[in-house]
Amino acid sequence: MNKQVSQIGVVGLVLLAALILGTTYWQTWANAGLADRQDNEIRLVAQFTIKRGTIYAGDSRTPLAVNVSKKIGGQTLYFRRYPTGPLFSDVVGYSTQSRNRTGLERSYNDYLTGSNANLDTIFRSAIDKLKGSTVTGNDVVLTLRPNLQALARRLMQGKCGAVVALEPTTGRVLAMVTNPAYNPNLIEKQFNQATRSNAPCGASLLNRATAGKYQPGSTFKMVTAAAALDTGRFTPDSPFYDPGYCVEYGQRVRNAGNPEAPETFGPVNLTTGFEHSINSVFCNVGKTLGAGTVLRYAQRFGFYSVPPLETPDNERVASGLYNHGRLFRPKQPQFEVDPGRLAFGQERLQVTPLQMAMVAAAIANHGVLMRPQLVERVVSPSGTTVTHLKPQVLSQPIKRQTADQLTQMMELAVTGGTGTAAQIPGIRVAGKTGTAEIGRGNVNTTWFACFAPAETPRIAIAVVVENQNGGFGGTVSAPIAKQIMEALLR
Amino acid sequence: MIAVGVMTAVGFASVYIARKSVVSTASLTYAGLFFGLYAVAHLVVRATVPFADPYLLPIVGLLTGVGLTEIYRLNPDDAFKQAGWIVVGVALFTLALVLLRHDYRRLEVYKYLFGITAIALLVLPVLPVIGLTVNGARLWVHFGPLRFQPGELAKVMLIVFLAGYMREKREVLAQGRLKDWGPLLVIWALAMLVLLETKDLGGGLLYFGIFLAMLYMATARIGYVAAGLGLFLVGAVGVWRVTPHVRERVTIWLHPWTDHKVYCPLSGQFDLRQNCESFQLVKSLYSIGNGEYGGTGLGKGTFLTLPAGNSPPHPIIPDLNTDFIYSALAQELGLIGAAALLLVYMIFVLRGMRTSLLAQDGFSKLFAAGLTFGFALQTFIIVGGILRIIPLTGITLPFVSYGGSSVVANFLLLAGLLLVSNRANREMLR
Repeated sequence: MNKQVSQIGVVGLVLLAALILGTTYWQTWANAGLADRQDNEIRLVAQFTIKRGTIYAGDSRTPLAVNVSKKIGGQTLYFRRYPTGPLFSDVVGYSTQSRNRTGLERSYNDYLTGSNANLDTIFRSAIDKLKGSTVTGNDVVLTLRPNLQALARRLMQGKCGAVVALEPTTGRVLAMVTNPAYNPNLIEKQFNQATRSNAPCGASLLNRATAGKYQPGSTFKMVTAAAALDTGRFTPDSPFYDPGYCVEYGQRVRNAGNPEAPETFGPVNLTTGFEHSINSVFCNVGKTLGAGTVLRYAQRFGFYSVPPLETPDNERVASGLYNHGRLFRPKQPQFEVDPGRLAFGQERLQVTPLQMAMVAAAIANHGVLMRPQLVERVVSPSGTTVTHLKPQVLSQPIKRQTADQLTQMMELAVTGGTGTAAQIPGIRVAGKTGTAEIGRGNVNTTWFACFAPAETPRIAIAVVVENQNGGFGGTVSAPIAKQIMEALLR
Repeated sequence: MIAVGVMTAVGFASVYIARKSVVSTASLTYAGLFFGLYAVAHLVVRATVPFADPYLLPIVGLLTGVGLTEIYRLNPDDAFKQAGWIVVGVALFTLALVLLRHDYRRLEVYKYLFGITAIALLVLPVLPVIGLTVNGARLWVHFGPLRFQPGELAKVMLIVFLAGYMREKREVLAQGRLKDWGPLLVIWALAMLVLLETKDLGGGLLYFGIFLAMLYMATARIGYVAAGLGLFLVGAVGVWRVTPHVRERVTIWLHPWTDHKVYCPLSGQFDLRQNCESFQLVKSLYSIGNGEYGGTGLGKGTFLTLPAGNSPPHPIIPDLNTDFIYSALAQELGLIGAAALLLVYMIFVLRGMRTSLLAQDGFSKLFAAGLTFGFALQTFIIVGGILRIIPLTGITLPFVSYGGSSVVANFLLLAGLLLVSNRANREMLR
């Protein structure tokens, strides 16, 4: 009987050995496939065992995103808490359990979780894993100034729109505010309440500063004027006659928003046209240059491409002509685009506040457009700097001389034109107003784009406010921009 | 005997170190009590069966220690109950050794009694009032708060019966006369019917496997095994056709994941199969996969979901500390730990088979080999099911899973092996 017993014994051992093989298969060969499965909750939980880095405001002190640890089932999990609530929410975004991440929490996830491909970080994370200790991510310090951010938020209270403030010489984003904002702390448990606001519009999850599309109105005249001067076809003194309207395709296009009392300036030059935002002047400039040239200059300022920024790609949109909600690139602009309306910012133009801030910043920086950047530096838990902001030239859309001429024109618009509300005693402010009719009676989108001080610019701002009944760029948006500039410069 | 000490010490050291990561203060007294329990068991073994195989008890100590540790990690309340059951198991183990220390072969006389009792035990859960259905299988008997799975005990009894009967009739069985097969087949058919009725597929497979293995050892006729396997296949196909429960198990086994939504009988709606019927299997595979080579470390595995929205965390895998304890261990101990655990099972099987080989008489040989093979097969059925080697059927992992009936029955299994081994070694020395 011993032979049979041995055989059965071998069978038993083979069965058990098969189990070792099976376990090996699942834990090594098949593991990658298992880890990628959508319904693998273990992987989801694993993301929360990492102590994410803290996100700080530009003062390196104000924490914007911190961790709260919780013991769950023998594991320490780290959940996010946002001490400043809605103040920075559109930039910082959120990282919660049941939703996809947004904002920098998403685009900087690698840095924040210590999984970025930086030698120092790789080494440290690997050591942490081997030791079995908690993996700690890198801290991220932003360029945003907490005081400017708070001020802009306060000024936008009860309004819908956005404020973007850039440092023209470096591209640093000093403030980026969208209203209405959401409270990231409520996203996980009270989503409906998180997105509720007292502003008269919805879509509080939308980062209007980078993804809100607005008609630029007269702020686009900065681009048209840049094209006019930079091509050499016009000078600031080029003469025009303003009859109060401009003839396009045999029809009169009146100047200002109120068709019953059109302002008529008579003989003027380009500078006066800019100062008082005379549509007929720019209409004629547009017709002379052609839509193609104006659009080409718009492109040089960054239109038609998604502006670079550290936030996720899908939270930014390109500016330009839009047709049925899609970016429209005319193949034959001379036939497809109305040059006069384009020149004073109508047609089908849709722009983001970030893009208009970039135009103002490029003019301020003597024609050199700096890449806008939000992240000042990334710091490892041990205190060493992983990356830090290096100012980068994005392009040079216009010549230095053009920029300086434009600056003078924009200064005049503030000292004696449409933007007088932005005046700051003792500081030279350059600006351009914009008021876009949205086709509902007197309701306008109001704009102001500006920078200061004009001789050595330290801040360039674009402010947009939606749905202003009877409001204009010069009355609604310019005062907001003024206070933000004052806060920085004084 | 030195080996016993070393093995036990290593076992307890590992258990203790592992425990320390979970609890810090209670662990010392806890480990101390556990050590004391096995010290008592060891003394009992020395006193009653001094010649018994020195590896078996320490291995069981190690396995129960690992199991208890993991159960504690998953659910401390269950661990205290389990510890209680281990005490009961050791007590019955002691009782069995004391009663049968002179000659366990007395059992052979009562083989029919054992056979019939086994069937009776299997039938118990089907009875109204005391029967209880858990997870679709009617395997439980309850008296008030006390629940018991009599099938586990029936396993050991059936092996006693089979060993006794086959020892007696092995020659005639080999000739294949129907008259001698009668009682065997009657008891067998009854057992299988009961298992079918209780939907205990894992149990059915286990008993059938033990039966075939013992039949082969007794008769040395490979043809019986082939015929048995053939019958099993025919039966399996038949059962597959008539029982939706079985069909479902096979479908889950072959296609646990679907890309499109299929009808989900659990909710009555359409859903991906991994969210429905194969939920448990798939989550368990994720758990195993997450262990990789080194494991997450004891106490650091992920067994709960994240709190999402307003709902608190809930277990990812249901029944984790009973049927699925292997996937918990595989995650926390990794491939190294899981393989080591399986190697421990293999050592147990080796020692058990060695006992059978050394035994002098047919009953002892069949008894020891039957117990050992049952032990190996039961491990294979549950772990193989978890690893998708075979269709998954719920059954406990010997000595490791949470479950009083299982622990007690397996301690009796251990007692049986030690008794056989003691006698065999004593006769060798003579």
